[in-house]
Amino acid sequence: MIFGIDPLLENIDGAAILIVLVKVVIAFAALMVSVMAMVWFERKIVARMQNRLGPNVAGPFGILQTLADGIKLFFKEDLIPDNADPFVFRLAPYLSLVPAFLVFMVIPLGGDFNNGKGGVVTWFGSTNETLFQLADPHIGILFVLAMSSIAVYGVMLAGWSSGSKYPLLGSVRATAQMVSYEAALGLSLLAVLLNSGSLSTNAIVAGQQAWNWNAWATGGVPFIVFMIAATAELNRPPFDLVEAEQELVGGFHTEYSSIRFALFFLAEFMNTITMSAVIVTLFLGGPAGPTGWAPEWLQGVLPTVYFFAKLLMFLFIFVWFRGTLPRLRYDQLMDLGWKVLIPLSLAWFLLLAAFKVGQDQNWNRFLVGGVGVVTIVFGAALVSGAASAARARRADQEVAS
Amino acid sequence: MGYLGGFAVTLKKFGEAYFGGESGKVVTRQYRGGRGGSTDEKRPKPERAHGRHVLNRYEDGMEKCIGCELCAGVCPARCIYVRGADNDPENPSSPGERFGFVYEINYLRCIHCDLCAEACPTEAITESKLFEFSFTSREDAIYTKSELLVGEDGQPQKLSWEDWRPGDETNTSGWMRATSPSGDASFEGIIAWSEERGYGLRAPEGGQPLEAAQLEAERQAELDSAGSHSEDHGGHH
Repeated sequence: MIFGIDPLLENIDGAAILIVLVKVVIAFAALMVSVMAMVWFERKIVARMQNRLGPNVAGPFGILQTLADGIKLFFKEDLIPDNADPFVFRLAPYLSLVPAFLVFMVIPLGGDFNNGKGGVVTWFGSTNETLFQLADPHIGILFVLAMSSIAVYGVMLAGWSSGSKYPLLGSVRATAQMVSYEAALGLSLLAVLLNSGSLSTNAIVAGQQAWNWNAWATGGVPFIVFMIAATAELNRPPFDLVEAEQELVGGFHTEYSSIRFALFFLAEFMNTITMSAVIVTLFLGGPAGPTGWAPEWLQGVLPTVYFFAKLLMFLFIFVWFRGTLPRLRYDQLMDLGWKVLIPLSLAWFLLLAAFKVGQDQNWNRFLVGGVGVVTIVFGAALVSGAASAARARRADQEVAS
Repeated sequence: MGYLGGFAVTLKKFGEAYFGGESGKVVTRQYRGGRGGSTDEKRPKPERAHGRHVLNRYEDGMEKCIGCELCAGVCPARCIYVRGADNDPENPSSPGERFGFVYEINYLRCIHCDLCAEACPTEAITESKLFEFSFTSREDAIYTKSELLVGEDGQPQKLSWEDWRPGDETNTSGWMRATSPSGDASFEGIIAWSEERGYGLRAPEGGQPLEAAQLEAERQAELDSAGSHSEDHGGHH
């Protein structure tokens, strides 16, 4: 049962269906509005970091700039190149956009998780208890990973079907990058799953109450690795080689114009928001936060406020990355992914697993840690030794030939 | 600093942009391509900037243009169309035989090289510093004599779609005062241009060396003592 476990589904009546519809509308509207706000937010913040003003003409503080851009894009001519595969060319933007929407579905946006209440909220009368998230599948986090893999298809097919060289090169890069960083993403995520013992996002959030957030409960390393890998997965700076303007024009969406381009643009920013939401859910306790001080009427709202505050913090960090870091070279990108992030997250995962086993078996935790660290250092030495030996051999061959 | 030091730099700029401070100072100017009207904040234009043309008049109100078509001939973009006509002896438009009957400049073609102004023997055509052109049809892009010619008072016409700022009307003949006639450096600082309606004899551009002017004056004195008089270059009397 994939879409199970909403308490509503036990007795379906009119109110239950209404609540589901309301949730769908809220999730859709919240995401669309926050994408609009995010585009404005990013342009404004980056401008301020670069001694500029950013959008300031359309609406107060330029907040309607995204809307103006969207309307403009709607009325632009929609071009399909002669060499393009028309069906795939039209399909690709939706393959990018739909997964971005779907990921948001499994994120708990609020609800009281304290004292084992499990984030249940009550809307429209006390008989209908529901979760403040659209769906809570058992496979929660796997669903997120699956959707981000499908988003790769959007990028890949867009580049391939354009029938043009720059989009093709851009999409090849994008595919290689997203596939290789997905490994680091998954491995750092395993540490969280080890801690929470469940794939369901609701259970992961429920396991992080009372400040026992995964960001430090897993030792910090998976959090940082996940953050870096997520940036790469999103193709955001400094990992935006996919659309490196100096080399590839616009990357995979070079040939796209009008509303199809807008869909890619929308998907990119939507992915940024959903990925931030995933980070908040996995590592920072989702809607968790101190609620005891607040009066009764605020209790229901506060978790949602906390969630969006944390979300905003991560959005700012992503923008901060963009304002600060220069783009990586392609070999640096692959080095960082395969030689640093994947081994590091794998080693950390093994260490955490060893601690868990040690806890079950009542082993001395310092002994477990010591042995683990020694083993990891030994492994790291072996890996780097192998790498330098291979490099030396390659250098010899180049000299010989 | 290192790789992570950059984060401090951007955060500092971001913070100071909102809470005041030297490094957060905004460099943007509030210029919206002329759409902002008088709220547009324009940068002061360089002395030799080339913009929309003006056709000048002599002090007595006569048009300087004699319809010789040298400007049209020299124009690399072929954007000028001139047709001369004979002056009515009773009521002449320009001193001399002929005047510019039709004078049109197509601003879709003009590259503002100012070769027309350099070719003009009477300094009839000069350029202002107005640079904001926007048309909705090809016809609108062609400025005719009625738009280019300065008014009876010698002031350039302030067309309704143009954004004139105080002081702009005095900036209509910068190239002459910035360049020496016939490209000879020894003429720098020497007033070698005719007077204009509304402005009289314009002063040379500041900062040019005076030595050349003194040398030229000495040369003129020698020529005068030898008994030959230099021509009055204005030539309209």
